[in-house]
Amino acid sequence: MSTHFAADTTVLLGRSMRHVTRSLDTIITTAVMPIAFLLLFVYVFGGAISAGPGRYVDYLLPGILLITVATGVSYTAFRLFLDLQSGIFERFQSMPIARSSVLWAHVLTSVLANAISLVLVLLAALLMGFRSGAGVLAWLAVGGILLVFTLALTWMAVVPGLTAKSVDGASAFSYPLVFLPFVSSAFVPTASMLGPVRAFAEHQPVTSIVDTIRRLFAEQPVGGDIWVALAWCVGALVVAYLLAMATYRRKAA
Amino acid sequence: MTTKPPPAAIHVEGLQKSFQALHVLRGVDLDVPPGSIVALLGSNGAGKTTVIRILSTLLAADGGTATVAGYDVATQPADVRRSISLTGQFAAVDEVLTGRENLVLVARLRHVGSPGTVADDLLRRFSLTEAGGRRVSTWSGGMRRRLDLAMSLIGDPPVVFLDEPTTGLDPQARVEVWAAVQQLASAGTTVLLTTQHLEEAEHLADRIAILHEGRILVDGTLAELKALLPPAQVEYVEKQPTLEDVFLALTQEHA
Repeated sequence: MSTHFAADTTVLLGRSMRHVTRSLDTIITTAVMPIAFLLLFVYVFGGAISAGPGRYVDYLLPGILLITVATGVSYTAFRLFLDLQSGIFERFQSMPIARSSVLWAHVLTSVLANAISLVLVLLAALLMGFRSGAGVLAWLAVGGILLVFTLALTWMAVVPGLTAKSVDGASAFSYPLVFLPFVSSAFVPTASMLGPVRAFAEHQPVTSIVDTIRRLFAEQPVGGDIWVALAWCVGALVVAYLLAMATYRRKAA
Repeated sequence: MTTKPPPAAIHVEGLQKSFQALHVLRGVDLDVPPGSIVALLGSNGAGKTTVIRILSTLLAADGGTATVAGYDVATQPADVRRSISLTGQFAAVDEVLTGRENLVLVARLRHVGSPGTVADDLLRRFSLTEAGGRRVSTWSGGMRRRLDLAMSLIGDPPVVFLDEPTTGLDPQARVEVWAAVQQLASAGTTVLLTTQHLEEAEHLADRIAILHEGRILVDGTLAELKALLPPAQVEYVEKQPTLEDVFLALTQEHA
């Protein structure tokens, strides 16, 4: 059976990528809210925010990229929920295919769709004046962090996708993920925050990830932050994956 | 006559299943001979779908044994899945894809050679060639059901499960599905179908099993079931066409 895993996953990936390309609105809406945040914070609030020297858009972009992924993964829960509801999930489950390929196809689709959305947001940021002198290695590091972050959030999205009772329930889980960056160093430096809020902001995962990406873009040494960021991402990935697989096994009997 | 009956394509013995406090299956026994159509008849909530889900390895039984094509559903699920095809209560087709893409998808997942040719053949066989290039979301319920059936035939599985295959269909579409099912069985495929329409069981099935309160109440041919009641009395009544006869006659005239 496992010999078919790669072939089956590829076939199913092709299928759900068709879902994405035939409803491009899912990619566009994923990119629209983060771009709206960019515009709002750079042109409306940005003037009143003191985030240190340099362009505010440069400061803001890393957090916006994380918000993009957090919005995008809710579509994975949505697509998975629809598969279950339409009965096609059970059709796949009753066929002689590698069973986990059904989930992996959705996860890889999420990675590809989010990558497209991220590129759109990045292009918008470039139009708004974002510049980075980062070299190939730094860009690869940013891509790698975003990839692990996307995988972690996508496997989290699999759980509500498999268990939700309604479409709204399937995508509602991502709201807290979208708002987590607001209580982090994504929009304003944590030093300006009140004691307990600051303590939370400095110790939640988004701050370390945002700081790492910001330093990579600014060609500064990343220090220990990158390891904290990676530890959060990989840890979340492992926990989410195990949780998703346990849910899946219960669901698929 | 001492001809030994051929080994059953589906053999179920003492099947038990509960959902929390609800004891749905309380010892179901059923044999389906190869190449036959057996209808599992029962009212809503009788557990027909539960039986099908256990037989198609989607659900684990609490007790009893079940084999499909000689494979145990609990210990050899992969072999069972290779031998079966399931058409659920709702046409499980991908609405975003075209009809042809749906067939190619299943053909590729079943690892059959030349998926494109397989898809085109099936579209022709189920008179869907014209609609084949359109997205399924634009199709009628009857067309989706036929596509659903066509998807089930890819890879020629020896056993096919049809869970209420005509629910929600108009009379014409139902007749089309019936024809497709009969065609299947005549090609040697074993069909186990569930239905709550007595007429459907009467029309299609070689044998009928009535599932009631978690057990098979009776199991036999239509003639055997009819013989359970006192012999028919001869009465003379005026033969009125049923509304269905009228509807079909009128609409087929204009088709």
